[in-house]
Amino acid sequence: MHDMPAHVKIVATFAFVLVVVLTPRTAFLAFAWYAALLAVVAVRARVRPATIARRAVVEVPFVVFAALLPFVALGERVEVAGLSLSRDGLLAGWNIVVKGTLGVVASILLAATTDSRALLVGVQRLRCPPQLVEIMAFMLRYAGVVTDDMRRMRIARESRGFTAGHLGHVRVVAQSAGALFIRSFERGERVYVAMVSRGYTGRLPLVDDGAVPAGAWLSAAMLPGLALVGGVLAWWLAS
Amino acid sequence: MDSSVVTVVGPLPALHVPDGFLNAPVSAATAMIAAAAVLVALRKARGELDERTAPLAGLTAAFVFAVQMLNFPVGVGTSGHLMGGTLAAVLVGPWTAVLVLTVVLTVQALVFADGGLTALGTNILLLGIVTVLVGWLVTRMLQRMLPQRPTSVVPASFVGAWLSVVAAAGVFVVLYLLGGAVQLPLGALLGSMLGWHALIGLGEGVITAAVVAAVVASRPDLVYAVRGLRPALQLRDADGVLHPASPQDAVAAPAPHQRSSTRLVAVGAALALLLAGVVSFVASGNPDGLEYVAGQQGFLGSARDHLFGQQPLADYGEVGSIPVGLAGLLGVIVTALVGWLVFRWYARRRPEPVNDDVNASV
Repeated sequence: MHDMPAHVKIVATFAFVLVVVLTPRTAFLAFAWYAALLAVVAVRARVRPATIARRAVVEVPFVVFAALLPFVALGERVEVAGLSLSRDGLLAGWNIVVKGTLGVVASILLAATTDSRALLVGVQRLRCPPQLVEIMAFMLRYAGVVTDDMRRMRIARESRGFTAGHLGHVRVVAQSAGALFIRSFERGERVYVAMVSRGYTGRLPLVDDGAVPAGAWLSAAMLPGLALVGGVLAWWLAS
Repeated sequence: MDSSVVTVVGPLPALHVPDGFLNAPVSAATAMIAAAAVLVALRKARGELDERTAPLAGLTAAFVFAVQMLNFPVGVGTSGHLMGGTLAAVLVGPWTAVLVLTVVLTVQALVFADGGLTALGTNILLLGIVTVLVGWLVTRMLQRMLPQRPTSVVPASFVGAWLSVVAAAGVFVVLYLLGGAVQLPLGALLGSMLGWHALIGLGEGVITAAVVAAVVASRPDLVYAVRGLRPALQLRDADGVLHPASPQDAVAAPAPHQRSSTRLVAVGAALALLLAGVVSFVASGNPDGLEYVAGQQGFLGSARDHLFGQQPLADYGEVGSIPVGLAGLLGVIVTALVGWLVFRWYARRRPEPVNDDVNASV
């Protein structure tokens, strides 16, 4: 799983999520099948459930939105535990939670099994405009540097007895952010000059060592393929 | 990242769209619009940064990524962080900013599972294109109206950043109505989203303006939006002290931020409730305060199984779209409350954002 070429994994994840998104929301069995497939992938990729749970927190705002839908949506209302809820809203909320969660878990599995260098090569092989790939490469390379810069500024502030606590302190923190931008931009200029002096012409020569074995495509295609078959079957059973 | 911070309120928290939130046709359409805009931006960005585009845009993307993790104190233990669309547009130019935000959003989707893969086009359209273009256009328009000084960009970017957030929320509502596959009261959704984001947008505006003010004060030559305006000439004397050559540029305009957090919260809450209320009045066609209050009670009646069923106006809740009014207000309040509680808990549990992946692999 970890050594599969990145672009194959990206395509497989995307196709899987597409199948999930296209599944009618009332095909409940299908979603259980998708979750089981993801569980198999997680076990085979040795990604711990705790890792998935911790990173799935990004989904929280939408779960809140979904939880509100049964109360505010219009249409036919049903009684659930003494509450009058919109049937349509319940289904829409369920739709958001289940598809969002499956999508987030699939993305987490992709990210957990692919380092960012491999990801860049993958994105490039998928015909992403080369300039965009280059910007992404610079961003990934320097995100750590800039973040560390920011952390040093915070340590410097705190060692001088300043800890941001209320809105009046926004100005100080914003000045740090402004300084961070100036440092980042100047670093970019230095990086550019250093690259020009080494023969940079505005394009990075990207090493591309070609073909992917058919076996990798085949095993990667199993996830969206099985999902599609199971989804169609569950939908057919439901209707 | 500041230790005092207990809450993270991300501007546009509800706009990092996950998979399956919008239906496939709308996702595909937004992806195509986003792709076209990014291709245009790729061509135009060369005019802003010439062949230095990749390193400079890359570093700016790293900056935006980092600054999104920087928490700004908002008061009463809450903090906000920046989305950065308008900030990036003002600092490096709108087309480069589109590329920068596109890259940041793509990395967030691929590396941090933040925002769905099939919703990437939607997210780029909302957070990378709408915010950048609205923020940029408003900022430029205000710069024309304000005195022709580099510091004029500070209040201009405040309004630009604020409206950019509201505009993104508006586009989000339109997309959700097109592709959300649920029948929702238009007025309430629009009202609560616009109201809530008018409040959040104030934070984005304050932070953007403060950061822009800091950069304009020390390196106005780096700020794209003031390129046309000559920076004030400064002379350095023997002691290394800078003296402005023209007196009216001596003092940088202070950032237009609110010093009192209670005032900000009060104004923002009033704005949110006003917007939710006004829009639902328009939607319900009942612009009468009394009937509005009745509508609130009526809605409570229907939602809580006729707890207020004995109220004389209870059945107003069942007809027409009067409940819409309260639905909007309720949406604002419940979202604020639940978000606050959840993020409070979350921030306590995890003092440092997840960043090890990037650090480990670069």
